Amino acid sequence: MNRLDLRTVLDWVPTGSRVLDLGCGDGTFLARLRDERAAIGVGVDIDPNNLVAAVAKGLDVIQEDINDGLHCFTANRFDVVVLAHALQELTHPHIALQRMVDIADEAIVSFPNFGHWSCRLHLGIKGKMPMSRAMPLHWYDTPNIHFCTVRDFEALCSALEIDIIERATISGNAQHLLAKWRPNLFATSAIYRIRRSGG
Amino acid sequence: MTNKLPANSVGLVKPQTAHFHAPFTFANGSILAQHELVYETYGELNDAGDNAVLICHALSGSHHAAGFHSADDRRPGWWDLAIGPGKPIDTNRLFVVCSNNLGCCDGSSGPNTINLSTGEAWGGTFPQPQVSDWVRSQKQLAESLGIGRWAAVIGGSLGGMQALQWAVDFPDWVEHCVALAAAPGLTAQNIAFNEIARHAILSDPDWCEGDYLAQNKLPARGVALARMVGHLTYMSADGMSDRFGRELREGSFAPGDNREWVFQVESYLRHQGSRFSTQFDANTYVLMTRALDLFDLASEHGGDLVAALSQAQASFLIASFSSDWRFPPQRSIEIRDALMAAGKSVTYANIETDDGHDGFLLPNPTYEALLAQWMRRVGPS
Repeated sequence: MNRLDLRTVLDWVPTGSRVLDLGCGDGTFLARLRDERAAIGVGVDIDPNNLVAAVAKGLDVIQEDINDGLHCFTANRFDVVVLAHALQELTHPHIALQRMVDIADEAIVSFPNFGHWSCRLHLGIKGKMPMSRAMPLHWYDTPNIHFCTVRDFEALCSALEIDIIERATISGNAQHLLAKWRPNLFATSAIYRIRRSGG
Repeated sequence: MTNKLPANSVGLVKPQTAHFHAPFTFANGSILAQHELVYETYGELNDAGDNAVLICHALSGSHHAAGFHSADDRRPGWWDLAIGPGKPIDTNRLFVVCSNNLGCCDGSSGPNTINLSTGEAWGGTFPQPQVSDWVRSQKQLAESLGIGRWAAVIGGSLGGMQALQWAVDFPDWVEHCVALAAAPGLTAQNIAFNEIARHAILSDPDWCEGDYLAQNKLPARGVALARMVGHLTYMSADGMSDRFGRELREGSFAPGDNREWVFQVESYLRHQGSRFSTQFDANTYVLMTRALDLFDLASEHGGDLVAALSQAQASFLIASFSSDWRFPPQRSIEIRDALMAAGKSVTYANIETDDGHDGFLLPNPTYEALLAQWMRRVGPS
């Protein structure tokens, strides 16, 4: 998986922030936030092995299913909530996004862009759901149940009255300018800073 | 027979007794003129005194948490799984203390010890302790051992509740707190099960209003029944199906076989009940279950659990066990959420297991790895 998105997320987290990392995995990224950004982090993950690995890094982790609504996280406890490459795995992405902007002043979300030209080509020419090195699983056994495009995501934010503060894109070699020009076509991943409207 | 003790055992251990000659006043106003606490320690207290860890035992536990009392001992202490050199609570680094709670029956002052003012066993006249009383008495023990702060206070079930009470009552004493399979207070169902257990004891003709020791009797049937009910709540339905199924211990269902049949699960419960009835004091069982019933962490803070836990300064590890129906995961989640709302550092895991409430005492790779990794942040680095 292309995790260049994490570099951008790292840059966007202000030093000393209180960070909630949803779907923190083995805690590698949260540990980086702690070590490089002096972040006070809490991770959330459902997988017991991930939990143990994150605890081994000295992190605080909560075993919880993000799909259950994140009700245990009260407002004002965190400065930033991060959801890196996990949006497409959620049962109700829109509910999670709303909760995220409620929990913290700012949320950072990254996801693979299904509007990328290679996905369109795959679907358009072969007539089959796209598979690639970054997305190696069949449609029927992938955890990625809610793929979306850059345009889809921005439309959802608008519908949910969520403001987009900043957008960054990840793209293949020599396509950076193209991705800036037409992100929905040329970005492989997109990263957003968002917040509640008027927040 | 254990002629050679396992290498990762704390080895042979000897209980010690601390005498306290100053009066001890219980939360309910009762006073003990003097009392004793029996305890064990494993590992060495370092010069800085910052590696001491307190283990709180559960309802029927004791100070004997790890190691063996003799080379012939068949069973190690009750939490040998977790305590020892290289184990999650690593005695190579940590100085581990475990005491028998006041009012218990394994050597600390309790119903089966002598009331010096009468020269007879306390029996049913021993004061009713509460969890906060145990915490205060353990603080006295710590001070007598030259300990001024716990690197961690750790416990499961009732012991977990005691660990939480420690963190709330003496915040500057508790750096880390581990509460396993615990609850912030007992539910009506919990109290009901305890009442059934007490009723079993109190209806035994040999109970003698709690004065059975003086009358040379033993309410063994009542205690056995109490234990059978209690033990049932420690196991999960799936765990029992796996372990016992519908297997017969005696007899058969074959036509013509008129022997009385005994299911494996019946035999097991009878054995547990009968063994316990000769080992555990009936008055203590009544006192312990009442102490559990009375436990309510929020009660001194107007019923506000967040306000109660806001007192604490510790970092917390809260773990529940998926098939535990005595103190189900939801109860640990209440603790977890209150801790987070209070802005405390907390890690929470729900361990997947069929072992029910007993899960915190039994081998489980995820559980042991989690505890071991979390404990690395406890004590001097």
